[in-house]
Amino acid sequence: MKHGLVMDNIRKWVPFLVLLVLVLFFTAVNPHFLSLRNFARIAVSSSPALMVAVGATFVILMGSIDLSMEGTVAVCAVVFAMLLNRLGGSLAHVGWAAIPGALLAGGVLGAVNGLIHVRLRIPSFMASLSMGFVGVGLSLLMTGGNRILIDDPLFRSLLTVRFMSFPLMAYAALGGLLVAWFIQDRTTIGRNFYAIGGGEELARASGLNVGRVRVIGFILAGIFFALGAILAVARLGIAETETGTGFMFLSITSVVVGGTGLAGGSGGVWNTLVGVLIVNVIGNGMVVVGLPDYLQDGVLGLLVISAVYLSMDRRSLSFAR
Amino acid sequence: MFELRNVEKRYPGVHVLKGIDLSIAPGEIIGLVGENGAGKSTLMKIIYGAVQPDAGTIEIDGAPVHFRSPRDAMKMGIGMVYQEQSLIPNLSVMENIFLGFEQQFVHLGVIRWKKMAQAARVQLRKVKLDIDPGMITSRLTFAQRQLVELAKVLALEERVEGHLVILLDEPTSVLSKDEIELLFSLVRELRRRASFIFVSHRLDEIIALSDRIYVLKDGLVVDVIPAREARVETIQKKMVGRDIALEYYRENRQEPYDADKVLLELDHVVLPGRQHDVSLTLHAGEVLALVGVEGAGREGILRAIFGLKKPDKGTIRIRGEAMRTFSASHSVAQGVGYIPRERKIEGIASGMNVYENMTLSQMGHYSRGGVLDIPAERALARDWIRRLSIKVPSEESDCGNLSGGNQQKVVLAKWRSGGSDIILLDHPTRGLDIGAKEDVYDMVRDMCADGVGVILVADTLEEAIGLSHTIAVIKDGEIKTWFTCQLGAKPSLYDLIHHMV
Repeated sequence: MKHGLVMDNIRKWVPFLVLLVLVLFFTAVNPHFLSLRNFARIAVSSSPALMVAVGATFVILMGSIDLSMEGTVAVCAVVFAMLLNRLGGSLAHVGWAAIPGALLAGGVLGAVNGLIHVRLRIPSFMASLSMGFVGVGLSLLMTGGNRILIDDPLFRSLLTVRFMSFPLMAYAALGGLLVAWFIQDRTTIGRNFYAIGGGEELARASGLNVGRVRVIGFILAGIFFALGAILAVARLGIAETETGTGFMFLSITSVVVGGTGLAGGSGGVWNTLVGVLIVNVIGNGMVVVGLPDYLQDGVLGLLVISAVYLSMDRRSLSFAR
Repeated sequence: MFELRNVEKRYPGVHVLKGIDLSIAPGEIIGLVGENGAGKSTLMKIIYGAVQPDAGTIEIDGAPVHFRSPRDAMKMGIGMVYQEQSLIPNLSVMENIFLGFEQQFVHLGVIRWKKMAQAARVQLRKVKLDIDPGMITSRLTFAQRQLVELAKVLALEERVEGHLVILLDEPTSVLSKDEIELLFSLVRELRRRASFIFVSHRLDEIIALSDRIYVLKDGLVVDVIPAREARVETIQKKMVGRDIALEYYRENRQEPYDADKVLLELDHVVLPGRQHDVSLTLHAGEVLALVGVEGAGREGILRAIFGLKKPDKGTIRIRGEAMRTFSASHSVAQGVGYIPRERKIEGIASGMNVYENMTLSQMGHYSRGGVLDIPAERALARDWIRRLSIKVPSEESDCGNLSGGNQQKVVLAKWRSGGSDIILLDHPTRGLDIGAKEDVYDMVRDMCADGVGVILVADTLEEAIGLSHTIAVIKDGEIKTWFTCQLGAKPSLYDLIHHMV
């Protein structure tokens, strides 16, 4: 028991130590890595990814998985951009309604996703993967394959205006993270995610409406995907189908590398923050160090495997399916 | 000759087998009986190699053997016919018979199905089963599948030198009367080829089929009786006979229940898959024990009351109001609490701490607009930790690291603190040590004093008798008879067993 507790504690801090070691390593190779300017760059690339990964965290905590992020992000980005441009093109006026509009789109996609999973009893990975493709198709239909440019200076200030060297979008993402933390730790729904991930039978035997909680989890995920979409648009000033590309692998990788168990019930949004930073530090650091970028994906893949290996209690698995 | 000498097995906290001697001569049929928890299943697992003994030896014809896996045991001629059928339903009969031993039919890397079918037919003939070996197993009846399992074990004959020993674990529980007769005559015929170890709850069958009967109690062989001299009553006495102090079940604290206040009523409730209906009434302050052998249908009744199972017919009334929706969340809202047998699966969320576990069923009381009031949760947990003297460092400790007894207290606190007044206890003392058991008994009396009604599926018969006001004896899903268990007028074990088996 004692030994197990020590092991548990080590396991808990592994992701953070990995992040620390990575930072030290890249700094040793190239001292320029350790500069505010470079960290701000990492923050910009991390912000949209953090929101998407936080959304995925809720679903993974329940022991399900949501792979619809690429489609959802694309749809939300396009909905946001279209609404903004249609409503006068500036957040300063009625255009602000584009933000709740995009969040609503994300929530609706998440609800459809969750209902398909729960009502039709389709495994979540399949339901959400398919919904992701539907989303990609939908966004393509809406844009006709075109890019939508956004030049609202107020909106672009998320990227261009800096406060203490970091762009505003980093603070926006931090705010989103705090909201997610509140939901996770201080609300019944957050507690229910852990209960269902820890033992669905138990949750049911305690009188929880498991199906309802699951759907809510997917809705929340969808809303955070939408937040990610808005930040992704802010970063490039462009909304298109491609806006969602790459989020699936990166966000799931971040969640898992951060130490949230795929089996559900353990981890949380702070783990996801660490995970997102690990992934983006690797991405950034390899460029700074001057390694070819095709190595990145390989390194990330290996990292996921080792993270999953570390996070699971292998004794309880007879055989992994 | 197959022999066990002084075989012992311990699990954390339990001494399951305390030195078992057992011998089987070629062609002999041994009966193995004992209460739940006497160590029967562990003994069987040791014999067929699924579990390794901590001490003692297993000998075949005087030579010691070690089984590291069931496959090892099979190579020495020990085969098991499982109670829960072990055939893979989507494979054909012949594939099941030769599962893991296909190599003999492989030629140049390809299985020769014709040869396998031929060999399977030979095995099926031994059990007089005339079916196509290529048939998909799921299409067979239960009785046929049992025979296929037997054929699978008999297929060892050609691969093994010496004699077979075949374990039959409750083989008759799913069979009709005719099928049982057929199985028994087959087993008698097969004695030329094999010895059998026959495990059953049905003592009359044990006496009818076996040569000698081993009676197991608390991990010891208390007697070996030649079947000719055996009578059902004497075996029963040996299975359970022991004196228990009156105080142990807190019988001194048993108060009469409030007969005017009905909490729960089952009115001719027919559960899915059962033919008979069940009617019962639970009063405030009453402990109603459901007694019966494994699979008699006790758990089904609990699960129906808790809304996990919808009855085909009849009504369940909680405080006079008929239940219409069947879901756990509805039953919980009605004040029903369920303490399941599988504590780890349905009782305690390991990874969640004490207060999180306690409020899981009643988060509505500890939140406003979906936002949790964590200080209130902690206060509740501290209160109950003190009231039930739960041994934990703090209310933030992970419940997964608590001992079984303390986990059970947390589960009880979860329901009691939420104000549930109909408590369903499914094997509440399973796996607990004596001290923790006594704590649970105290809690049961406390609940009764508070006007809670308890439905109990006890771990042992003594526990049911000791704790309850009323006992319903259940057999094959039907309430066979009722006993009142007023203090000083409790029925004996023999009264109950007589109706159970």
